[in-house]
Amino acid sequence: QGPLLQQPNPPACSELGTGAQLPCGEVRRPSPSGALAIGSATVTCRAPLVGGLGRAVPPMPAPVPSEGLAGSEKLAGGKSKAELRAERRAKQEADRALKQTKKVESTPAAALAKPRLQPSEPQSMVKRVPEHVQVDDPAAQKRLAKKLERQQVPLRPDYGAKVNLFSHLHQYSRKMPLTQQMSIPSTAIHPAVVRLGLQYSQGLLNGSNARCLALLQVFRQVIRDYSTPPNEELSRDLVARLKPYISFLNQCRPLSASMGNAIKYLKKEISGLSSTLREEEAKGKLQGSIDGYVREKIQLAAEAISKYAFEKISDGDVILVYGCSSLVSRTLCDAHANGRAFRVIVVDSRPRLEGRDTLRRLVRKGIRCTYVMITAISYMLPEVSKVLLGAHALLANGSVMSRVGTSQIALVSKAYNVPVLVCCETYKFCERVQTDSFVSNELDDPDDLILPGKGGAHLRGWKENSSLRLLNLVYDVTPPELVDLVITDLGMIPCTSVPVVLRVKNVEQ
Amino acid sequence: MEFQAVVMAAGGGSRMMDLTSSIPKPLLPVGNKPLIWYPLNLLERIGFEEVIVVTTKEVQKLLNLDTKMKLDIVCIPDDADMGTADSIRHIHQKIKTDVLVLSCDLITDVALHEVVDLFRAHDATLSMLMKKAHEPTEMVPGQKGKKKPVEQRDFIGVDDTGKRLLFMANEADLDEELVIKRSLLQKHPRMHIRTGLADAHLYCLKKYVVDFLAENRSLTSIRSELIPYLVRKQFSSPASLRQRQDNKEQDQKKDQKSLDIFSYVKGDSLLEFAPDKSCWNSHSADLNEAFHGGKVRCYVHIMKEGLCYRVNTLGLYIEANRQVPKLLPALVCPEEPLVHVFAQVTDRGLVGSDSIIGSSTQVGEKTSIKHSIIGSMCTIKDRVKITNCIIMNSVTIEEGCSLQSCLICHNAVIEKGADLRDCLIGSSQRLEPKSKHVNEVIVGSEQLMEI
Repeated sequence: QGPLLQQPNPPACSELGTGAQLPCGEVRRPSPSGALAIGSATVTCRAPLVGGLGRAVPPMPAPVPSEGLAGSEKLAGGKSKAELRAERRAKQEADRALKQTKKVESTPAAALAKPRLQPSEPQSMVKRVPEHVQVDDPAAQKRLAKKLERQQVPLRPDYGAKVNLFSHLHQYSRKMPLTQQMSIPSTAIHPAVVRLGLQYSQGLLNGSNARCLALLQVFRQVIRDYSTPPNEELSRDLVARLKPYISFLNQCRPLSASMGNAIKYLKKEISGLSSTLREEEAKGKLQGSIDGYVREKIQLAAEAISKYAFEKISDGDVILVYGCSSLVSRTLCDAHANGRAFRVIVVDSRPRLEGRDTLRRLVRKGIRCTYVMITAISYMLPEVSKVLLGAHALLANGSVMSRVGTSQIALVSKAYNVPVLVCCETYKFCERVQTDSFVSNELDDPDDLILPGKGGAHLRGWKENSSLRLLNLVYDVTPPELVDLVITDLGMIPCTSVPVVLRVKNVEQ
Repeated sequence: MEFQAVVMAAGGGSRMMDLTSSIPKPLLPVGNKPLIWYPLNLLERIGFEEVIVVTTKEVQKLLNLDTKMKLDIVCIPDDADMGTADSIRHIHQKIKTDVLVLSCDLITDVALHEVVDLFRAHDATLSMLMKKAHEPTEMVPGQKGKKKPVEQRDFIGVDDTGKRLLFMANEADLDEELVIKRSLLQKHPRMHIRTGLADAHLYCLKKYVVDFLAENRSLTSIRSELIPYLVRKQFSSPASLRQRQDNKEQDQKKDQKSLDIFSYVKGDSLLEFAPDKSCWNSHSADLNEAFHGGKVRCYVHIMKEGLCYRVNTLGLYIEANRQVPKLLPALVCPEEPLVHVFAQVTDRGLVGSDSIIGSSTQVGEKTSIKHSIIGSMCTIKDRVKITNCIIMNSVTIEEGCSLQSCLICHNAVIEKGADLRDCLIGSSQRLEPKSKHVNEVIVGSEQLMEI
């Protein structure tokens, strides 16, 4: 069945079955031959139009008609196909007339100089379910394959049997890199992007901040090496040039929320370039804006968060951290450098064992650390005074998306009445809403679960065993009730204030 | 551009003088194609469009390949005894990016992206290819008895993952003991040392190594000098640190620029860019940062299965010829049949399925050809039995001969009724009728002068 839609207020668009009511008030019945082709999971809902069958002209250009609606249906009310077509034509004429009047009114010069304004009514935007959570839908995958072929990016094949609940997500193997299908001196994709993609897919570059920083570095290099082809405009061509790179990186490893936001910012900056700038100036301006983004949103934000968190750490504290978050490690190192006396319990989990990295960084600075596995947290929590967690993204309903295991720690901490603090920069805030960890997640290479050496003897033949599936989840979602405070560069806010921050950010932009 | 490819075709083939005295090594036919065709075909298949070929004038004159790539042939003078590193120095003006250096005698079907991915992902200084060597099982003509391994062994040390190259030494350079530096063991407590690995002489090198070679004239050969130097330098500290502790007088004596690789290393690696942000480490054992802060990193890909030959001895040449008919359909456009369209073979049924016959060759009646490779423009008369042979171009074999496991070079003539077994007949030789030879090398007198 179709996946949940990810919208703040999902419209009442129930499953299109017999006699179901569409928002526009039409009643559709499947044709006698049963050719109701609504098998596609992409149920795009129309904007709720005014009135029943009345064709009030919507302020936006005509919305994309829902896919799968077979044209051969007979509608209730005796409307035949021809009449429907006539109505549609009338609507299109009205649209065109409206557009003409709009064009005549606005001045041509202003149209060029003004950047494209986003439509202010969120309801008239049609949201598509992204492809990467529709792996079991062949139509969506075909579309993706066509898109990749157009962009000359190879398609990465899925690997191994997936657990049923997660069959809508991609699962790749590290031993089958994307570069197998590409030419060696890569010409279609910039070599720095290929290198970055390899480092992502082989797990050499981990961590939300690290990935985003590396991405921005590489894009900086791409912009430096870019030269506008003749008869093209930099603002349009560069965005088109970046699209295949982004698809390629997505194929190597699904983009993180921080990377997505950085790319959105960069695309906006590029499109917003004035066409009067020379190429060198434009490139310099873009590189400057990338540097500014890194400095403000990542580096200065980290400093601000470190300062705020410092107020929350008192002498004699026992702080529990999980996995490896660059922000949390930095906060603790700064607090220690500023003279606070505390000790840290580092919790770690398989298969990534990232806690060892946190341990390394903290011990080098001289902080007293204890290292346990996540199975031991209920034994350690009675002596913990607070829990400090990092986040991959903060979702619009206040949920925290972080490394798998974080929600478990938050849950057990709640049971022991230990306050849970989450540190997250605002650039990782995301407009998605998720209440569970199933809909949108990432599946890592299942072979990572096989222990090296003699320990892995049982799991090694897992592919031959048809009843055995391995699941290596990467992220999970912690509900907002379990989080006590979120420390951002804008201050210390409760979880429920995240939508406010997002709204403020949107208005700014 | 990401890579430039360089094929080294100036070498002499000093270990098979019987063959290479008449034919330069890059042009030795293997499966009826010149030896240099194989690395060029590998480069073409993986997507290179331009290749720099370093060779001698003699080879350039005779080189005639149909390839879609643009070959930039650089000639080095015949008399200058240039090693491979010298050749790189000779062309270093042309090199603008990282290089992929190949030797002309490499025949392999490796998936090259494995080697190149190591180079890219770890931002390595060097990445190379190796394969477990195996003794050639074929009888080599002119060889009396079992061949003792004359070559010195190579000791290759790799880390636990089998990818990082930690140690390389040749038996010839060692006295009685293998010496391993303490700094190496501190950073990599577990090391696997392997012998019996054959180096494919395929290297991915960073551009700054080429710049370093251009300045440092003391290195002449890539394999025997540059690679061990780079492998050693992984675990030594940069010279700048050491120079501060050095004697002042010594500094004054060396007024030349520091010829250390570290002064050439350009660190713009993404992995080193934000080391405190990324939660990945190359090792788990200790508290140091990723790669232990080392700037030079060497990686090796050890092939487990597949073909990888370096044709530099007679035995390997014969072995390569045996294996190539199986490999060719995959390498070349599969339309090219093993028996060439222009060959005139009277009795098709007597020609084995894995034999290769070149164009314009005439094969007479009742002639059986099994497991052999026959060049172009040969004339083979009736009632000849050819088994397990390698016959080059323009050879004439008269009636009634019987050849087994022989290697016959260009323009040779075998008169009627000869019976040859395990022989090597040099080029333009003429054998008397009804001659019988077993396990002999028959070359011209001028070739015998070469040592």
